[in-house]
Amino acid sequence: MPNQPDLQLWLILFFPLLGALINGTIGRRLSKGLISTIAIGSVALSFLWVARALSELGQLETPHIERYFTWISSGDLKIGFDLSIDRLSSIMLLVVTGVGTLIHVYAVGYMDHEEGFWRFFSYLNLFMFFMLILVLAQNFLLLFVGWEGVGLCSYLLIGFYFLEKYAGDAAKKAFIVNRVGDFGFSLAVLLMVVHFGSLDMTQVFAAAKKMPLEESGGVLTAIALLLVVGACGKSAQVPLYVWLPDAMAGPTPVSALIHAATMVTAGVYVVARSSEVFLKAPVAMDVVAVIGLVTAVVAALIGTAQNDIKKVFAYSTVSQLGFMFLGLGVGAFSAGIFHVVTHAFFKALLFLGAGSVIHALHGEQDLSNMGGLRSKIPITYWTLMIGAVAIAGVWPFAGFHSKDAILLAAHAHSPWMYWVGVVTAGLTAFYVFRAIFLCFFGTYRGKAHPHESPAIMYMPLVILSLLSVAGGYLPVMEWLAPLYPAHEQPHDMTLILISVAFAFAGIFMAYYVYILNPGSADGYAKSLGGVYRAIAGKFFVDEAYDAAIVHPLEQGSRTVLMNGFEEVIVEGGVNATVAVTRWGGGFLRLLQAGNIRSYAVYILLGAVIFLGVMATNGGAR
Amino acid sequence: MPQLNAVPMSWYLILSAILFSLGVAGFLFRRNIITVFMSIELMLNAVNLSFVAFSQHLRQVDGQIFTFFVMVVAAAEAAVGLAIILTVFKNRQTLSIDEVSSLKN
Repeated sequence: MPNQPDLQLWLILFFPLLGALINGTIGRRLSKGLISTIAIGSVALSFLWVARALSELGQLETPHIERYFTWISSGDLKIGFDLSIDRLSSIMLLVVTGVGTLIHVYAVGYMDHEEGFWRFFSYLNLFMFFMLILVLAQNFLLLFVGWEGVGLCSYLLIGFYFLEKYAGDAAKKAFIVNRVGDFGFSLAVLLMVVHFGSLDMTQVFAAAKKMPLEESGGVLTAIALLLVVGACGKSAQVPLYVWLPDAMAGPTPVSALIHAATMVTAGVYVVARSSEVFLKAPVAMDVVAVIGLVTAVVAALIGTAQNDIKKVFAYSTVSQLGFMFLGLGVGAFSAGIFHVVTHAFFKALLFLGAGSVIHALHGEQDLSNMGGLRSKIPITYWTLMIGAVAIAGVWPFAGFHSKDAILLAAHAHSPWMYWVGVVTAGLTAFYVFRAIFLCFFGTYRGKAHPHESPAIMYMPLVILSLLSVAGGYLPVMEWLAPLYPAHEQPHDMTLILISVAFAFAGIFMAYYVYILNPGSADGYAKSLGGVYRAIAGKFFVDEAYDAAIVHPLEQGSRTVLMNGFEEVIVEGGVNATVAVTRWGGGFLRLLQAGNIRSYAVYILLGAVIFLGVMATNGGAR
Repeated sequence: MPQLNAVPMSWYLILSAILFSLGVAGFLFRRNIITVFMSIELMLNAVNLSFVAFSQHLRQVDGQIFTFFVMVVAAAEAAVGLAIILTVFKNRQTLSIDEVSSLKN
């Protein structure tokens, strides 16, 4: 191994942490300008440091690992604070810090009028810190630290407007649903400790690779499935996706950064990182593919009937994450990661654009109160349009390349997955353009006076839209190729044309329903009847969870814990103490009659008893 | 030194006990504050008597020193106590301890 340069990778983590600490402790007394400088500066420095490290590392044929200190040492198990960069994490690093910087810049404009400016940016920087730990971690425990940390920051930022009940509820929901996934993840980590005696990724994957097939089946499948449980929670896959749409209660830059571009792709990242384990567990691979496909379809269907512009994009995020899982599940890890990258570009763009619309309309999020904004906020319109075209998968925009890579791989794996995926892609095009048409075309139906966002907000939009146009030509898959077994990528022109045709069909359907025949949508909805109601009701998943889990838990708490434990044991115990004390007090009160002579009698009796005892014992000696 | 008309130790103690019992009885059964007060003095002096008797019997001076302390305290107590009694009488025109009960309840 060639002598590795010392790159001080810890500085990548240190900058955002420092920013979070400064803004979190003394931010209240700093001016807005200073707070934003610290927040943007720390993330930008970390981006520059990543760029510097990558330029030093060149081709990254072998992972670059920096070991700092032993964190936990227990018997044979040694866990160090080790950071590493390989080809996979280098991509994630660039996306996280790059898109993160743009969103920080945008957030300065977006949050300008909000209370708690300093609090927002200290949370956002803290999020960057944990996300970078997650990406840079060389062992699974450190990764888990980042994993939980981003969950915490997600909770804090969803509940940023904590005075509103719905924001607090959404934050709790996100946190609790994520706990379910994290439980699976931690079990996977424990299984690794038991079976491999190490959590260092290099060692675990080497051991997994060497494990003979007859031994590996059960263990590796279990580990892989538990990791999938964790990934389902973090990446909002069926059945744990319910928190992500609610997470839109947070400020829009948060939705863009955490709930679209970076944190929710952590599940994809972990699965791709653990590819050695998954490749030995074909059952888990199939589970990933099916979960991804189901999620993509379900979320896309729900997305067609949402009226909140952010909710539409939230469901589209869930759906796109489903596509990534499909890619991973059919063995096209590099295609999945490629989609993470392009999705980060165009989904951050869509969310920031939606934020710009909301900003222009002074907080209006309902599509039915928009319309005709094309000429009023042109920059937002054009950038959002580019984002929509990119997510729809129209050549040559970014979404086309990554989505087709996934769909082609799915076709090679099993053709039915391709067809479901293609239809879903058409559906994606339909609902995204539905939102665009409802927002920007037709006549204006709202009351607020729209105004274009300031430059600090539309500059990130412009940069992201450039990336959404050209991002498809980044050589992500070629760069990742050595990490994964060669995956045959048949460049079947027919399949590509079919998927593009579906995308255009989706766009045209939206055009037909919402522009050529405005107002006809309600008629179609009515003719669909129960199907439409199911879709508009989000398939009643929230209600089902309420009935199956939340309600029994509440009832159980009420009858067992409150009526049983609390009232009988706790209150009964307290009441018994009170009764005994009161009774004893009533008895002792008789002694304290306030009558001097009775006191004198007591003293006399005491003295007599004392002397009597002394006398019978033979006096003092 | 020959003990001529030595009074036996037990006589002193019996006298002391009688005086003490009289004090206790007076303290318990009389209502007049001044009588109660005098009973307390009687008890103190009964104890003084036994202190002195023991001092003589054991040929040690401690008991006599202790008696002086008791007398000093009794004098101080008498000064304070009589002042209180005077004030009580001025305010209430009564010396019955059963009627001085405003701190009760």
